[in-house]
Amino acid sequence: MSSINYSDKIPNNVNLSEDRALQRALEQWQPNYLAWWNDMGPEGSQDFDVYLRTAVSVDPQGWAQFGHVKMPDYRWGIFLNPAEHDRKIHFGDHKGEAAWQDVPGEHRANLRRIIVTQGDTEPASVEQQRHLGLTCPSQYDLRNLFQVNVEEGRHLWAMVYLLHKYFGRDGREEGEALLERRSGQQDNPRILQAFNEPTPDWLSFFMFTYFTDRDGKFQLCALAESSFDPLARTTKFMLTEEAHHMFVGESGISRVIQRTCAAMNQLRTDDPRTLREAGVIDLPTIQRYLNFHFSVTIDLFGADESSNAATFYSSGLKGRYEEGKRNDDHTLHGQTYRVLGVKEGKLVEREVPMLNALNEVLRDDYIRDSIGGVERWNRVIEKAGIAFRLRAPHKAFHRNIGSLAGIRVSPEGQVVSQAEWNANVDNWLPSTGDRAFVASLMGRVVEPGRFANWIAPPALGINRQAADFEYIRFN
Amino acid sequence: MGQSDIALIRQHLIDPEICIRCNTCEATCPVGAITHDSRNYVVDAEKCNLCMACVPPCPTGSIDNWRSMPKARAWPIEDQLQWDSLPDELSPEELGVAVQSDTTVAGQGNAASESGHAVTGSDGTALADRTAGHASATTPGNWGSTLPPWSAAHPYTNLYGPRSTTRAVTATVAGNVRVTAAGREYDTHHIVLDFGATPFPVLEGQSIGIVPPGSDADGRPHHPRQYSISSPRNGERPGYNNLSLTVKRVLTDHEGRPVRGVASNFLCDLAVGDTVTVTGPFGASFLMPNHPRSHIVMICTGTGSAPMRAMTEWRRRQRSTGSFEGSKLMLFFGARSQEELPYFGPLQKLPHDFIDINLAFSRTPGQPRRHVQDVMRERAADLAPLLSNPDAFFYVCGLKAMEEGVMLALQEIARAAQLDWQATAESMKRDGRLHLETY
Repeated sequence: MSSINYSDKIPNNVNLSEDRALQRALEQWQPNYLAWWNDMGPEGSQDFDVYLRTAVSVDPQGWAQFGHVKMPDYRWGIFLNPAEHDRKIHFGDHKGEAAWQDVPGEHRANLRRIIVTQGDTEPASVEQQRHLGLTCPSQYDLRNLFQVNVEEGRHLWAMVYLLHKYFGRDGREEGEALLERRSGQQDNPRILQAFNEPTPDWLSFFMFTYFTDRDGKFQLCALAESSFDPLARTTKFMLTEEAHHMFVGESGISRVIQRTCAAMNQLRTDDPRTLREAGVIDLPTIQRYLNFHFSVTIDLFGADESSNAATFYSSGLKGRYEEGKRNDDHTLHGQTYRVLGVKEGKLVEREVPMLNALNEVLRDDYIRDSIGGVERWNRVIEKAGIAFRLRAPHKAFHRNIGSLAGIRVSPEGQVVSQAEWNANVDNWLPSTGDRAFVASLMGRVVEPGRFANWIAPPALGINRQAADFEYIRFN
Repeated sequence: MGQSDIALIRQHLIDPEICIRCNTCEATCPVGAITHDSRNYVVDAEKCNLCMACVPPCPTGSIDNWRSMPKARAWPIEDQLQWDSLPDELSPEELGVAVQSDTTVAGQGNAASESGHAVTGSDGTALADRTAGHASATTPGNWGSTLPPWSAAHPYTNLYGPRSTTRAVTATVAGNVRVTAAGREYDTHHIVLDFGATPFPVLEGQSIGIVPPGSDADGRPHHPRQYSISSPRNGERPGYNNLSLTVKRVLTDHEGRPVRGVASNFLCDLAVGDTVTVTGPFGASFLMPNHPRSHIVMICTGTGSAPMRAMTEWRRRQRSTGSFEGSKLMLFFGARSQEELPYFGPLQKLPHDFIDINLAFSRTPGQPRRHVQDVMRERAADLAPLLSNPDAFFYVCGLKAMEEGVMLALQEIARAAQLDWQATAESMKRDGRLHLETY
């Protein structure tokens, strides 16, 4: 059995070196985690020295330590945001009571389920992305991919810490199960469907980190309000890392667009075929990828009416996004919210009790936030003097969960027949041809300072490093 | 704290083109200076205390943007919220003019000013950045050069500071002696700081930041105060990793009202063996020339003598090599009285063929008041040729109030010698031959 130097190997602020029970639990789990990382982590990269940011403490200076490390030696730490003295529950039926430092028996099953569902997405995305290193467009991007991967790994640690520390034997078993499920595997898949889809190319990766990791951000934000204080503090700290993932997505797409616009201006054309021949991704293809990832991701928020969501809120397990900044009674009894449905072939809104609609509330907050980035991409296009604009599709487009599941709606929000859908689906979602074309561009570029033809260099290096900085030493 | 520093700030801004609105900065900011709307994240210059806590967590680097701005014209958040991209840096001319018109306004609130050549640069901005804004009330632009002499040695700057990997280092006090005659009013100290094995390479004319322990009235940690070093590049004691400062204990503000300077009193009270938190080095233009037959004209008051002592001492140590034969050193040094003049004793021992010393005392009983500019006029015949000599470099350091008088005196001397003052001043500025550091 491996022995661990707790403060050095696992940077933490949970007093790990003095918690014998937790040490024993983690001593069991840690070798299995490393075995999982070696099996399912980034393919063929375990020996590289990667310029990574490591958190060694939660203060602003401590959590952005840069240096070249081998990924299996990354110091996956356990961090909770500093405790807020005398924190009170600020929503739901327990509002005004002291926040819980332990799990109340009656909420044990639900809390465990919430933590496991969140925890399961972390290793899942590492698995989804494990082949991308072979087709990276630059060292800079490869480094960003690896940073995302190790931080997903750390988020798994964070969730497993909570399971081990607060859920006893059940928690330990769930911790093991998190290492046993596999993204996309038929007989033991990951819990959420979006995390069983492959991430086949870098355009998908950027879209995933922009849209799907943003779902993670919103879920974490809602959990950061939780009455279960250790969960709130853990997720708060995870949010600072999640921001990097969204940066990778937003700036990644932005650079793809920038490169495409440059080619459009150079060749004086908006013809997708000419542009594809020039080796860049035409804007309509980017729009179709956007439609796909946006619609798949908003499904992750769950059914538009959900009694579970109401229970989680009223019992204080999961708040709304920015709960603390809202000015209402924070109990929501008797309040209503408008959700979309279909009546006689038309989309109509209907009022439902807000408590049951909390998934929809979070989804709408998410949509507002993600549209902001789409507008920033449009500024890149506008700056290049090109008339094209990207748009987030209608909320009802291409949905598979809730009352809109299976209903055929165009990206503009018109209900259409199955025949119309079939006739247009290749204009609305990436076709096999689109995916094959994007895949054809994916070749590995790893010379320092060089970038694949389909993407522009970033405005700034990581940690302000020079453009030709050696982010990865391949050994 | 000098008026110029009050008038001119380094404004912290977020680049809207790179920002992804992740909210990390707003969540991190300990003083609530960062806010956002549906378009941009912005920093309130009134609230931001430059603590830099938001910089490492930012995933994009968009947080790390700075603009020199006259304080009175700092971009309000209402403007920042409208931006699609960051505004350009103001040109030195725009800054100079702006500072000139704002100085009086900003200066009025300057009650707690810290002297003893403490120049506040709480964000660790290099002197070059800040001196860019100096402008005399009577001159049309700012005359001070932002470039070093061509033969200056290359300086290291900002090795330790808010934007460096290591924010500050510790130095140990190796000496603390009083260098003015005994008396309650003029308590100036010569303080030697030793860095042990910590790298801290400096040049004459550079300054360092001292972070006083404790916190201010608002409970925030004190910001660093900058002090010019008064020792040469190879150490106060040659071959040792130490340097010296000249610090005047501040007991009143510029208007004479009682105020205890936080940093100066902390420094003057230090005992040997105490430790001090230090940032820097700062400054990339107020540097001495190093080529043979280069002349140095030093004009200073009070603790503005610190960089002059450093340069003089470096030339003195080089003297035996013969490299600087034919080089002139001229010193114009003003104080209220002989008792107030730091280093008065040691200065008298320097050979006259090495340095040409001109002292001016404004409050000697029974004598008419004499300021440095009066003595400069008396030496016009020697100064005029140096104004147009490309190998002569002028350094002015001291209280803000002297700068105007000194510039007027130089102008008169030039005109009397039939020199085109405008052209002369411009060429001196362009060639890194006139350096101003006033506070």
